[in-house]
Amino acid sequence: MSILDQPSSSSLSGGGMTRRQIWGLVGLLAAAIVAWLVFAVWPAWLNAILISKKAFVSAILNGLTLAGLYFLVASGFTLIFGLMRNINLAHGSLYLLGAYIGYEVTSRTGYWLLGVAAGFAVLAIIGVVMQVFVFRRLEGDDLRQTLVTIGISTVAADLMLAVWAGGTYQIATPEWLDGALTLPVITAVRSNGVSVFLTYPLYRVVVLAAAIVIGVGLWLMLNKTRVGMMIRAGVDDRAMLSASGVNVHAVFAIVFAVGAGLAGFAGVVGGSALSVAPGEDVRYLLASLVVVIVGGMGSITGAAIGALLIGLAEQIGLVYFPTYGVVLTFVIMVVTLAVRPQGIMGKTR
Amino acid sequence: MSLATAAEGAAPQENWLDKIGAGHVILAVALLLYPLVASDFFLTQIAGYSMIFGVLSLSLMLLAGYGGMLSLAQITVAGIAAYAVAILGSNNSNVLGFGWPWWIVVPFAVAAAAVSSALIGWISVRTEGIYTLMITLAIATATFYFAQQNYAIFNGHSGYAGIHAPVFWSINWRDPKPFYYLCLGLAMLSYAAVLYGSRSTFGMTLQAIRDNPRRMRALGYHVTAHKVFAWFLAGILAGLAGVLLVWFNGRVSPGTIGVDVAIDILIIAVIGGLRHPIGPFVGAIVVILMQTFAIDIVGAERFNTLIGLVFLVIVFVSPDGILGLWGRIKPHLAQESLRAGP
Repeated sequence: MSILDQPSSSSLSGGGMTRRQIWGLVGLLAAAIVAWLVFAVWPAWLNAILISKKAFVSAILNGLTLAGLYFLVASGFTLIFGLMRNINLAHGSLYLLGAYIGYEVTSRTGYWLLGVAAGFAVLAIIGVVMQVFVFRRLEGDDLRQTLVTIGISTVAADLMLAVWAGGTYQIATPEWLDGALTLPVITAVRSNGVSVFLTYPLYRVVVLAAAIVIGVGLWLMLNKTRVGMMIRAGVDDRAMLSASGVNVHAVFAIVFAVGAGLAGFAGVVGGSALSVAPGEDVRYLLASLVVVIVGGMGSITGAAIGALLIGLAEQIGLVYFPTYGVVLTFVIMVVTLAVRPQGIMGKTR
Repeated sequence: MSLATAAEGAAPQENWLDKIGAGHVILAVALLLYPLVASDFFLTQIAGYSMIFGVLSLSLMLLAGYGGMLSLAQITVAGIAAYAVAILGSNNSNVLGFGWPWWIVVPFAVAAAAVSSALIGWISVRTEGIYTLMITLAIATATFYFAQQNYAIFNGHSGYAGIHAPVFWSINWRDPKPFYYLCLGLAMLSYAAVLYGSRSTFGMTLQAIRDNPRRMRALGYHVTAHKVFAWFLAGILAGLAGVLLVWFNGRVSPGTIGVDVAIDILIIAVIGGLRHPIGPFVGAIVVILMQTFAIDIVGAERFNTLIGLVFLVIVFVSPDGILGLWGRIKPHLAQESLRAGP
């Protein structure tokens, strides 16, 4: 009887709270503090510490937008990794290629949405081609698959440099996405009592919204559809999925199409918000790597959490300790590895 | 290569020639006499440069071949040594530059590289296999961006210039012939050290850990400590190569430790082969020769396409690189000669 009574996780013994409740309380408290930081008019001492409320809230908003972009890139990366156990080091190249294709289509046809669609579609096809002609030939040899992606990224970066040269491009956004949005956030109160509200580019808000919509869509696809069920089963045990009569190659091709397509989509969207230039491929590869290391391999939720952490850290670092921003990202990665080597949402295998 | 098997299965009464291996002796003599026939360009730009990158890739081969840890951070470790030489020694960028003499700077630089390598190892050995590649790539990329953004320590974009190789015994060690012998000396020493180390108790233990970490842990070996020590040793090699690299270039900038260079190191090691310490040097010579002369074939700009394609072909055809190709072709050649002979 005494063995059964061991208070392993029960809240019944004594008046204490469960771990879950404590974490919930901490989360609520944090949310309340953030809400106060965003909506309240700041006292002078807080402005003195954090430069200004405008800088702080802008950093947070920029961080969220960037997180949206990172999530779009990293979700494909994490799915491919989780399912196929190879690191697609050409994922950054897929992003950059998508951006260039989006630029070409948009500037030639004049329709931005067409550019976005082309970015997704072309890269999805390229993803399937890569899966069929490259990875299927090296089945079961994860290391060689990864090495091959290195070769592909080297060649791709060089060929893209040959075609589009070293210049910086900016994809033109349509008029209906230009302009700024006035947010219900008071940054300061003027001496005559008029409140100054924060304005923020509409396009960036749309990027964030698109990332959220796609994230929810991915989650629904993975958790509510038959294909999603197969993908999740494949992440857990590839051999068993194959043994139960599922055409694993078709599942791989779908995942590669979605992953590469999302990278291309993110390329067009990101290329409109920021800019397109050689070297961006490495930047987004690093982002995907860190997001996936922090969030956990093969988990969409993990990718979202990781992207949030890294995006916010990068932008807040940019405002408050400019030349040491990367170190913050790095510290997050090391701390995660030290505490939870498999990532925040990762499973131990 | 007969080098691989030359000294194995040694009988106790064999002489020194058998112990070292005839192949090694011939190779060493040829390399020592090489400056007699080679021009300055072939001495430094080809041979010296190949040896520096050979040693760098050797440090990767040590980790990957014996420890099963594929690292993309070797150039980062070398870069730390190079930056240390620039910061502790003298440079003409008017930032830092303590002006210490070279015989203090070099040990410090190599020690800094070895310690950071051990730290990188300590972070990445928490995970296994393919994850190591991922984490070291993240570390290498993050360091690159940090060096590019930070002006207080790394002098940002431009990095440090005006770093000179030491002049002592009335020899300028950056002159073609002395520099060649410097590189050759380091290459031979590290090659011999890795070859010897691979048969030492530590080397054997490391290889056993690579093959079956769980069993080794069960047998009572401290798996993490062995791996981290391997990283430390690899860091010494990479650090020495980094010192030579900064003397060779006379400058160090974020471009020196860029991701493309990190990938080049891996390409060199994989093209050469990860099974034997001679592999990285073979790979380095092949890649540097291609790098130098591909300009005539495909034009100055498309070199990376060529090397990427060669890399792809080698990964597809032979997982063990050129050494593996050789190992597969050799039996055929032997058969041919048997048939052709009387």
